[in-house]
Amino acid sequence: MIETFLWLLGYQFAGELLARSLGWPIPGAVLGMLFLFLTLCVRKGIPDTLRHNVPRLMTHMSLLFIPAGAGILAFWPLLAERPLAMAAVLLLSTLSTLLISALTLTLLLRRQQSRKAKP
Amino acid sequence: MTPTLYEWLRQSPLTGIFLTLLAYRVALSISRRYHGHPLANTVLVGAGLLIVSLLALGLSFDEYFRGASFIQFLLGPITVALAIPLYNNLARLKRSAFAILSSIVVGSVAGVASAVLIAVAFDMPPQIVLSLAPRSATTPIAIGVAEAIGGIPTLAAAFVIVTGIIGAVLAKPLLTLLRMNDDVVLGIATGIAAHGIGTARVFQISETAGAFAGLAMGLTGFVTAVVAPLLVHFLLS
Repeated sequence: MIETFLWLLGYQFAGELLARSLGWPIPGAVLGMLFLFLTLCVRKGIPDTLRHNVPRLMTHMSLLFIPAGAGILAFWPLLAERPLAMAAVLLLSTLSTLLISALTLTLLLRRQQSRKAKP
Repeated sequence: MTPTLYEWLRQSPLTGIFLTLLAYRVALSISRRYHGHPLANTVLVGAGLLIVSLLALGLSFDEYFRGASFIQFLLGPITVALAIPLYNNLARLKRSAFAILSSIVVGSVAGVASAVLIAVAFDMPPQIVLSLAPRSATTPIAIGVAEAIGGIPTLAAAFVIVTGIIGAVLAKPLLTLLRMNDDVVLGIATGIAAHGIGTARVFQISETAGAFAGLAMGLTGFVTAVVAPLLVHFLLS
């Protein structure tokens, strides 16, 4: 477990340092994920400690969002100004984002497959 | 309860950590009891239980967050860890890289545009429209973008969370309704529309979906940061 966290925090650290020194608005953890992914591609394999521990951490990823979810309590006065209109805007825009993304990918995957099917 | 004991309860980080774990554990039981029903979402139920217990105990969010910040801190390393399931799906990613990357760009643009256009249609004031624009990105990016384009950062953070919960609840039922049963499509769409909260949700359904949701979440944040300021300017001018 110690090695796992050294890997993960180390890559987050590298990501934060790069993002901050270049002034990019990207979270260091997201850059850290891309760096670790590239490292695994170069290494052509996952270190044992990560292969063993990461799946167990992932199962409980939802736990980590509960504090942010409870944060709605702190933001309530801002959200509750026009609650119905606000809920409608968030619901409709999230639905359309889901729909457009899923349709685009499905169409592109289908086109890719039909191209491959041609001789 | 004696006043000193109550004072300790409000000040100690133990309270926030313990309450969060407890709320999550109860939410997990409820989710399992209803066989992972979308509305029995662990973030939705867990946060709901927590809000009720904070109100009952008379604790403010800031007092709660003294402990909860330790749990929230772990979002960093878990985001980095998303590289592992992604690497496990490398073959699938390579095979469909063009389709996946293009739909992430299209979806991120749709995320910003839909929020702005629908908010304008509902006659929302400009500051709220600008705070809604980056709501599909992860919280740190959304806060930065909202600040840059003239929205209210804290309001943007609240929109991000609510969007994530809505997306996490609706993604699976919507795609099942459309008969899109591909784990890659589920993962990518959820990662674009509902960032980390959606990613955590689809991980409960399949590791492949979770891996692609993590990728989509990261890249959507990136595209949103680059595109949102230009797009908002274009849509509102």
